[in-house]
Amino acid sequence: MVGSETLGKRVLGIYLPLAFFIFFLLFPFYWMSLVSFKPTNDLFELKYNPFWLQTFTLENYLYLFQNTDFSEWLKNTLIISVVSTVLSLGCSILIGYALARLRFPGSNFLGVGIFLAYLVPPTLLFIPLSQVIAKLNLYNTYWALILTYPTQLIPFASWLLMGYFRTIPKEIEECAMADGCTRMQALVKIILPLSLPGMISAGIFCFTLCWNEFLYALIFMSSGPMKTIPVGTVSDLIKADTLFWGALMASAVLGSFPIAFLYSFFVKYYVEGLTAGAVKR
Amino acid sequence: MGSETVKSRGGRSLRRLLDRESSLGIILMLPGALLLIIFMAYPFFLGIWLSLTDSVIGEMGDFIGFRNYTDLLGDSIFHQTARNTLIYALVTVPFKAMLGLGLAMVLSNRMRFSNPIRAAVMMPWIVPTALSTLGWFMILDPVFSPISWLLRSLGVIKQNINFLGDPILAISSVCLVNIWRGIPFFGITILAGLQAVPQELHEAAAIDGANAWHRFIHITIPTIRGVVLIAALLSIIWTFADFQLIYILTKGGPANTTHIFGTYAYQIGLSATDIGQGAAIALYMFPILAVFAILLLMYLRRD
Repeated sequence: MVGSETLGKRVLGIYLPLAFFIFFLLFPFYWMSLVSFKPTNDLFELKYNPFWLQTFTLENYLYLFQNTDFSEWLKNTLIISVVSTVLSLGCSILIGYALARLRFPGSNFLGVGIFLAYLVPPTLLFIPLSQVIAKLNLYNTYWALILTYPTQLIPFASWLLMGYFRTIPKEIEECAMADGCTRMQALVKIILPLSLPGMISAGIFCFTLCWNEFLYALIFMSSGPMKTIPVGTVSDLIKADTLFWGALMASAVLGSFPIAFLYSFFVKYYVEGLTAGAVKR
Repeated sequence: MGSETVKSRGGRSLRRLLDRESSLGIILMLPGALLLIIFMAYPFFLGIWLSLTDSVIGEMGDFIGFRNYTDLLGDSIFHQTARNTLIYALVTVPFKAMLGLGLAMVLSNRMRFSNPIRAAVMMPWIVPTALSTLGWFMILDPVFSPISWLLRSLGVIKQNINFLGDPILAISSVCLVNIWRGIPFFGITILAGLQAVPQELHEAAAIDGANAWHRFIHITIPTIRGVVLIAALLSIIWTFADFQLIYILTKGGPANTTHIFGTYAYQIGLSATDIGQGAAIALYMFPILAVFAILLLMYLRRD
């Protein structure tokens, strides 16, 4: 009797709300995938149940690769995300280490400055920044995004890595330095290997943000094949009169997949990274 | 010989520079700081200057004082934009926080497949917003909406709902999508906070006769108050300065009724090439953002 009562409680208290959350949070993804595998004609067939697949097809995905610049967008997004992530991570390791370990004039002030930079949104800057990019002749080059994305990534990544570096006892480093290591050698050979989890979460964070970024990519890389996946999908596949729903959804699914895949592998690290800024102080 | 000595002395002084904390600190900050100065600090001040001029794209204009700002005060679309932004950033927060708390409470239970479930419910927050918003774009479409189809076949409505074509429905729709995207962020942040609540505390309270509701009010809520506040402040700042969700769903329409600062600044500054005015619209966000940023900073540094 007791068992059935607790089972009832569990269903009401856990499984029912869980089912609601899973349905609400995942339905748009179900819908996107569903439409991406449907032939366009089926969409217009009113007697079909739209929540299910009547005929399976890959024509939308083929269309994407044969009739649009999707493969170019994929290449652009990948190059920009990787280079920008490496650049940001490098800068953030140095900043995080300096703020965590070194005493130098202005370090407190710089720490607060980095934190405030985390809160500066792209919408505040994109208009003057477009002028800067124009002046530097970077429009429609990878550099326009590779150099501007780090401003969104470095603050959080530095903050996160600083937290990790602080958890490593100073004595380990001091021993190495007493044995003749320089500070930089101690950083590379001792601190970095010990803070690998922190670097993975910072790296995933940076990569995800680069991959997902929309506003700067929309403005700075607007010419044909130089677009990134989100911008290309939105600006090339939505055409006023004829909507290629299937191809549009296929592009959205393919563009989301790498992030979903990366994330499901490193879920632990990412959650740590996401919450570190809010929970750790 | 001579040059070699100079080189090695140079090398030695570089090494000394790298070993001394005060100079090394500055050197390590430099690469990142340089990027932040060129692509964040400088544009910020350039934006202030642009907002005080009548510049258009490709042509630096003349100084006109605060005219861009005062002109906006008489612009009814700008009024609506300001109202929309406040609704969009503030009204959505309680929904995100409550539903996020609910999600966190559910996820904190021990259950099978808890890792894949956590990964799955994070998806709205993780995947590119521009792409998931396209999914919503179709779900809210006047012709293809599955919601309309369902309500029609249940006999609730006769004609499809034009979610994004009616001003009230449009602003409600973008808020709904924003809430959808924000729930996982609150959920996972609160979940981390919940795990800081010692299980023994719950057990001890249960032995003392506290029921689940009392334990929730007196143990759970006080321990997660901090993370909820931080998540709410961050969420307000990000939502306030959002762009892509509205750009994709409505482009500020119908008839400019769903603009927020970001999309209106884009329309005036880039589409209509009036960058002086556009910069002013964006900078109207600054005081409000600054207030929330300072609140957050003060809270984080309170002890």
